[in-house]
Amino acid sequence: MLGFTITQWMFGILSFLAIMFALMVVFSRNPVNSVLYLVLTFFCVAGHYLLLNAQFLAVVHIVVYSGAIMVLFLFVIMLMDLNQEKEPQKTWLNKLIAGVAGGLLLFVFVGSLKGAEQLQLETYGASQIGLVKNLGKVLFSEFLFPFEIVSVLLLAALVGAIMIGKKEIR
Amino acid sequence: MKLTNRSKVVSNKEQSLSERMYLPGIAKGMLITASHLFKRRATVKYPDELRPIAAVFRGQHILKRDENGAERCTACGLCAVACPAEAITMESAERKKGEEGLYREEKYAKTYEINMLRCIFCGLCEEACPKEAIFLTDRMVATEFEREDFIYGKDKLVEKVDKRIDVTKRQTIEVAEFKKIPGLKHNELWQGKLKK
Amino acid sequence: MLTLIIIKLITCIAVFAISLGVAAYATLWERKFSALLQDRVGPDRAGPKGLLQPLADGGKMFFKEEIIPNVSNKFLFILGPSLFMLTALMTGSVIPWGKDFTTAGGSIISFQITDINIGVLYLLGVVSIGVYGIMIGGWASNNKYALLGAIRSSSQMISYEIAMGISVIALVITAGGTLSLREIVGQQDAGYANIVYQPLGFLIFFVCALAETNRAPFDLPECEAELVGGYHTEYSSMKLGLFLFAEYINMFISSAVMSAFYFGGYNFPFAQELYNAIGLQEGSIWISLIGFGAFFTKIIIFICVFMWIRWTLPRFRYDQLMNLGWKILLPLSLLNLAITIGVEFLRGNLQL
Repeated sequence: MLGFTITQWMFGILSFLAIMFALMVVFSRNPVNSVLYLVLTFFCVAGHYLLLNAQFLAVVHIVVYSGAIMVLFLFVIMLMDLNQEKEPQKTWLNKLIAGVAGGLLLFVFVGSLKGAEQLQLETYGASQIGLVKNLGKVLFSEFLFPFEIVSVLLLAALVGAIMIGKKEIR
Repeated sequence: MKLTNRSKVVSNKEQSLSERMYLPGIAKGMLITASHLFKRRATVKYPDELRPIAAVFRGQHILKRDENGAERCTACGLCAVACPAEAITMESAERKKGEEGLYREEKYAKTYEINMLRCIFCGLCEEACPKEAIFLTDRMVATEFEREDFIYGKDKLVEKVDKRIDVTKRQTIEVAEFKKIPGLKHNELWQGKLKK
Repeated sequence: MLTLIIIKLITCIAVFAISLGVAAYATLWERKFSALLQDRVGPDRAGPKGLLQPLADGGKMFFKEEIIPNVSNKFLFILGPSLFMLTALMTGSVIPWGKDFTTAGGSIISFQITDINIGVLYLLGVVSIGVYGIMIGGWASNNKYALLGAIRSSSQMISYEIAMGISVIALVITAGGTLSLREIVGQQDAGYANIVYQPLGFLIFFVCALAETNRAPFDLPECEAELVGGYHTEYSSMKLGLFLFAEYINMFISSAVMSAFYFGGYNFPFAQELYNAIGLQEGSIWISLIGFGAFFTKIIIFICVFMWIRWTLPRFRYDQLMNLGWKILLPLSLLNLAITIGVEFLRGNLQL
């Protein structure tokens, strides 16, 4: 089809959808809609993982990000009852700062992309790299230290959350 | 006073470990509900099958006709007097010439109304009636949408000539025996021995 | 290629139809079974023995007035139940319903829509997406009670997913590290069913499945008296029907998952001896069908247990529910995981 393989078609469609939904996250006026668009973006990203033969990552991405974290986001946003009438008026200074910060971020992204080499995606095509077994082996041998550090970080966050959540500190 | 032998004394004591695990308690409860699978169904499928009722069941009233088809009621008002719920009202009228086939006595009830919402189905009207005219039957009072529709007039109370309703069972042995006792004013009035 | 697509299409439709049909008759059986447990007769008016009752209920749902709250987000309001139904139906696709069989032409046809090598994770993922149906439905109703109910239900589901996931990890370790449902069921063919190795894990999974499907004693959305119902307070007509119906599909699927995980799926004791006695060859369609029947029997037993529990136990209070999830089931499942790892290590199935 038009000289592209099915994988390339899928990649194109998923990328288009991901970018579109990401833009919708920014542009939609209702924060709940923003969160839902973000969930859709995550689905597209999970689709990309699948294209890269990383099924485990794809499903974990959905379980953790879409299934847990975004639900908590949704909790907070729904309970805060944000709507247009209550939206605080932004001063031009705020807008200017946001614009400059966003522009700088875009600049960094573009710069890093320009310097990066093109990845050879095809080499991963038929391999079993994304399977749970291989991922686990790599995670617990090569990347054991970062993995454990991350878990300690999560533990610290957990303890902090419990401390904040406690009514009184004894 | 002990009302039931299934009552339990509630206490606030600490639960034991097995109680706090809840699983034995849950298993016990599950067994209780499972045992009900094999018990007799309490349901009576009402329109298809009827609950057995006693022969002297006190349902909707009927105003009887005699064997010739004449109304027995003479509008004496004894039933209305006897009624503890004051559900019965009537108006009397004099029988004209040529109406002997319609009314048994010289005086008859022009209107006769029972308010079924007031009626407590005690059966005192039946007992009071000296003419064997009013009986309670085993029929149920139908449901209605309006309160007024529960005031039953003669159209609903008097039995149809072609559709007689059997009330022989209503006269229990005791009542039949009672009515044979000589010397009682009620009985002699009924048998026509006593003039008013 | 074309035959494969056609076969898969037929399997898809079959699974779809069976899920819906079982769910429909589960609604009838729920009422019948509750009646039996309470010494009543239950619905018996629609059709012979009340067998057409699900049709009557469905027809009633379709013809009821459809009320969409005026100030609600209409798109999301409709999306909520659809999403809940979608996720309920999606889970059926990875369950191996029966053994493969070989046709006369020599091609192998399986009783499973697709066997993905991360089937267990797929199940967890789809279940976690199911929360969105509830959240969106509750929020789009623009009603405080519906919103609170949605938050209650979804936080209940998220909380119990954790203990469920950990008990599934213990199961996967016992099953030899595979995440494919087909292999988990297949390895119970030769040995014992997993319940022998994972009794505690099964108990945790079962309780979590009750909570995940919003069944009693965790059915807080149902309690209209105390909590003004749950996320479907504002729903009416078939949208409410979808929510309630999806619950029954969830119950069916979770029964299927439990029988596949812990009770050997389409295997049953002395299966091979039975096949030898009748003289069935390996790969015969009859073996598949008998296995399918065995699987279905297990599912139906599980559905009955679900209902039996519903009509026995009183409902949890919300704090009790959260305490059970976080303070009892989560530590228990971690303990179960630790024991499993220890035992498997001693048996030499795990290497450092």
